[in-house]
Amino acid sequence: MTATVPAVIASSLVKRFGGGRRAAVAGIDLTLHAGECLALFGPNGAGKTTLLRLIAGLLKPTAGSVRVQGIDVRRDARARANVGLISHQSMLYTPLTALENVEFTARLYGLPNPRAAARAALESIHVLDRADTPVRTLSRGLQQRVSIARATVHGPTVVLLDEPYSGLDEAGGAALTGLLQSLRARGATLVVVTHNVGEGLALASHAAIMTEGTFARLEQRDDAREFDAKRYAKEYRELVTHAG
Amino acid sequence: MQGKAPGLWAAAWIVAQKDLAIELRTKSAFLSVVVFMLLGLVIFFFAWDSTAVSALDLAPGVLWVTFTFAGLLGLHRSFGVELQDRAFDGLLVAPIERESIYLGKAIANAIFVFAVLVIAIPAVALFYNLPLGRAILALGFVAGLAAFGLVAIGTLFSAMAVNTRMAELLLPMLSLPFFVPIVLASAQASTRLLAGRPFTEVLPWLKILIAFDIVFALACTVAFPHTLEE
Repeated sequence: MTATVPAVIASSLVKRFGGGRRAAVAGIDLTLHAGECLALFGPNGAGKTTLLRLIAGLLKPTAGSVRVQGIDVRRDARARANVGLISHQSMLYTPLTALENVEFTARLYGLPNPRAAARAALESIHVLDRADTPVRTLSRGLQQRVSIARATVHGPTVVLLDEPYSGLDEAGGAALTGLLQSLRARGATLVVVTHNVGEGLALASHAAIMTEGTFARLEQRDDAREFDAKRYAKEYRELVTHAG
Repeated sequence: MQGKAPGLWAAAWIVAQKDLAIELRTKSAFLSVVVFMLLGLVIFFFAWDSTAVSALDLAPGVLWVTFTFAGLLGLHRSFGVELQDRAFDGLLVAPIERESIYLGKAIANAIFVFAVLVIAIPAVALFYNLPLGRAILALGFVAGLAAFGLVAIGTLFSAMAVNTRMAELLLPMLSLPFFVPIVLASAQASTRLLAGRPFTEVLPWLKILIAFDIVFALACTVAFPHTLEE
């Protein structure tokens, strides 16, 4: 029997900016396996986005390391082929069309038929009818859908989502939830940063509350028991009030 | 649906094509640079006392000064397009080498800058009534070498300056000292070519240009990934 490699391993992860004393991420340890989903809550400035950017390989850790599918994301570009990153900022080139943006990403990931892959990704989030529209003329919600297509076109096994529902209308939100559920069913690992406790817990196998760069709480869903959404909401509200 | 990530040059070409597609779609940088450069030429022309300085002595300097400043305008935009909606994060998270981002940007900038030179050289010849005829090919070669060097340096400093509050000021301040040997060698080589001097007089300046191009291209490619660390 061979042991499966965890999809994400963060070990003693620390990130300080500009030599500052305060750590944005202060010693995080995290292991997620294929098909698991971590919902990450916390007030502004808790270090959630920094943690996502560290896992994506966009930031160099001050200490510790992140491995995706067993590969160090900072040392080997191949690790990033497994990662999809969705942020509340679209990461799109607004003069280009939706299709051109997604096709550009598909080409960067070396997909064999980038045009077809881009069209399929746009279809999966119900925005194919806007494929030839320049992104700058799309509404915020439609841009977010194109951004989701861009981040998932290569079939990532680890999807990092920072406020993914931001700007989406009800239909867009439902399409995203459907896409995330299908990604999980295919074995993708998700890390979702959200301020919406109910939305996050509905998807999650793990839930964490983050404050001052560390996990104030990290727990795994028990097969026999749902997460206590009320307790999470209460703790989250207290932290936000305290941070404010 | 995972594919095989493109190699260094293949990824660079994908990035360059994207940048050129954006420029072709907007045309904003090209038009700004060409208009700025032509205005510079006009001002130099009206400030010129043709009885004191001959056209052949003045024109190469005017060409390379206006071209250098106009080129900086275009280079500044190179990474500026990546800032909007943090599109640059999408590039950085892709499974490509960081160096290929630099090379792709440099290829797109080189094509852009060379297109500007295609307008600039005949414009200077027209203003100063220069005998381009036989020198045109050699002048094109010098222009190519100069564009290559300026782009190698400018692309790196554009990446460094773009995230700062005073990017418009910082880019020329960082780049211009490094541009000096390139502008000097280009101006000297073009003066001799336009004056119909023997090739042996041009060759030393071409060697300097080639040497600087190789050194700057290699050094900037190696240095680029380090400019991305936060």
